[in-house]
Amino acid sequence: MELVNTKQVQEAINSFVNKEVYIHLETTNGAYASHRNQSFFSAGAYIRNAKVQYEIGKITGKGPYRVGLKINLGWIYAEGITHFEIDELGRLLLAGHDNEGKLAVALEISPTPFE
Amino acid sequence: MEKERHVLVVFPHPDDEAFGVSGTIATHIKNGTPVTYACLTLGEMGRNMGNPPFTNRENLPKIRKAELKEAARALGIQDLRMLGYRDKTVEFEDEEKLADVMSGLIDELNPSLIITFYPGYAVHPDHDATGAAVVRAAARLPEAARPTLHCVAFSNDCIEKLGEADIINDITPVAEKKLAAIKAHRSQTEQMFADVSEKLKNQDPQIMVWINNERFWTYKFD
Repeated sequence: MELVNTKQVQEAINSFVNKEVYIHLETTNGAYASHRNQSFFSAGAYIRNAKVQYEIGKITGKGPYRVGLKINLGWIYAEGITHFEIDELGRLLLAGHDNEGKLAVALEISPTPFE
Repeated sequence: MEKERHVLVVFPHPDDEAFGVSGTIATHIKNGTPVTYACLTLGEMGRNMGNPPFTNRENLPKIRKAELKEAARALGIQDLRMLGYRDKTVEFEDEEKLADVMSGLIDELNPSLIITFYPGYAVHPDHDATGAAVVRAAARLPEAARPTLHCVAFSNDCIEKLGEADIINDITPVAEKKLAAIKAHRSQTEQMFADVSEKLKNQDPQIMVWINNERFWTYKFD
């Protein structure tokens, strides 16, 4: 993955507008956060292969970035995005990594279902 | 360490075996005991991507699968089973069906010893769910036919609730194999290795005790 280039990411987001796409979205503190620090409130969420269409998608902010997708009946968004990649399957992979290189958030848009 | 007929190791993530169990595995293999390692997931939800990132969410499972095979090779494990579950979802599977899979392994392999996590004392929900499935499967057998269960526990309350571990295996003779297995899980352990490499080189007593002793709690069925 590379550091976000907003122009390239925005172009990739635009290429999926009004098309059927599959979404992977996750946020996580890691399964050990509350084990290492018992006062830490661990929370996360995960959805894989949500089939949606969006009419608007944007990357905003000065980095780490925010990405929002306006879908037919609602919204999808992620914040803390630092890196991106357009992989060999034409999927837009977005992720936010902390200073230690640990993934904290991921938002991925794919024209085909994720494995 | 007692000579076993067959050892079945059941963990949910590649590298779960590395720190606390790989020396025990290597010792059984050295003793000529067949070892089967059933690993439920490919650690798809691992968070360690590196800075700068060396991989991404979609490629990580491929890397971890290769690392798991390499760790098994380093330990001499001939029978590695990847069960195809998904990281962080094990606890949401149907408990009876998951136990059926464990019963299938037990019926097929007839192990005298199973090594897994101690349900309720293993911190990660996948660890607890995996241990619980093994316990459920073993409990289906008549007491005389049950394999012994050696469980790994490391929750903050495990010693308070379970007492001290009753099995401590000194794995010093196979420490090199253990280190090779830990190193094989490079995406997960490289950073940690960098932190302790100096201590390893100097045979730091605390690190050597940590590396050379593997602790288990024998599961008590009630």
